Amino acid sequence: MKMHSRTEPMTADRRLFEYLLRLADSDLVLAQRLGEWVGHGPVLEEDIALTNVGLDLLGQARLWFAYAGDVEARIKGKGRSEDELAFLRDGGEFRNLLIVEQPNGNYADTMARQLYFDLWHRLLLDALTRSRDARIAEIAAKAEKEVAYHAERSADWVIRLGDGTDESRARMQAAIDDLWMYTGEMFEADDTEEALSGEGIACDVRLLAEPWRNAVAAVLKEATLSVPGGAAMQRGGKLGRHTEHLGHMLAAMQWLQRAYPGAQW
Amino acid sequence: MNRNEWPLWEIFIRSQHGLAHKHVGSLHAADSEMAIKNARDVYTRRNEGVSIWVVKSEDITATAPGEKTPLFEPANSKVYRHPTFFPMPDGVKHL
Repeated sequence: MKMHSRTEPMTADRRLFEYLLRLADSDLVLAQRLGEWVGHGPVLEEDIALTNVGLDLLGQARLWFAYAGDVEARIKGKGRSEDELAFLRDGGEFRNLLIVEQPNGNYADTMARQLYFDLWHRLLLDALTRSRDARIAEIAAKAEKEVAYHAERSADWVIRLGDGTDESRARMQAAIDDLWMYTGEMFEADDTEEALSGEGIACDVRLLAEPWRNAVAAVLKEATLSVPGGAAMQRGGKLGRHTEHLGHMLAAMQWLQRAYPGAQW
Repeated sequence: MNRNEWPLWEIFIRSQHGLAHKHVGSLHAADSEMAIKNARDVYTRRNEGVSIWVVKSEDITATAPGEKTPLFEPANSKVYRHPTFFPMPDGVKHL
């Protein structure tokens, strides 16, 4: 199903700015979610490991935001800083996928969310290393190495929890099933992305659906879990239509910068 | 042994400029694969290394401090065994 973008004419730079925000926002929101696990991990080693993943994603978000700011400067004469983009936009302006704003839940929920996102993210970044936009390709090349590790880690956990005790398998299957409806959005392209991928700048995410499904199926098979069915999918994140969870998360993330604008440590 | 805790593993890391793995600490993990990944996350954050060995702590047998005298002191006084009389040529490393 094609989604419709805004009706004002999109120049190449506006499309690029929009696209970069989508990449940055998914990384930022997921990093924030993973940060909520700090000090609450099941064991110390996992606490460190999961927050490392979050820090990696935050670093990638910064690279995308920095580029977005530069593109915005071309459009409007002055671009926003990374902090302004991250902390001063409202929920309706965020362009992240719906899956990353879902709450952490229990560890199975968090790992299911990571598995779905990391496998998509790895395929996406691999494609973006071949982007005609040199800066996108450069950022993707750096990020790809980090995300290859994230995907391995997430798969490891889903396998261990799935092929674990009766309780861990039940919880892992429930998590896999519950988040399935947020995975369709990862493979939908609107006019903006169609145009950009036509120019070789963005990745056509529709092409990622099959390799992603195969990768997920392989992991779930080893985890002795069943692949969810169901074609009904939630969507809208890339257009700023979010679930009720994003607002609460942004309030916690942004209140300091909004209460004390320009505050620095 | 407490069956509710993961086994303890000793971690050895070789830095990119080193020749030998050094013991850097220990951590808990359910199995050896997880131990390697945990070691990567806990002990290589600051570019400390390029190679990781993990060994279950229970597989390591160590000398007891009380045995130091009979095990190690005799070697101290046998000067003819110590490799300290060779003139070292300049530029030879790692000897």
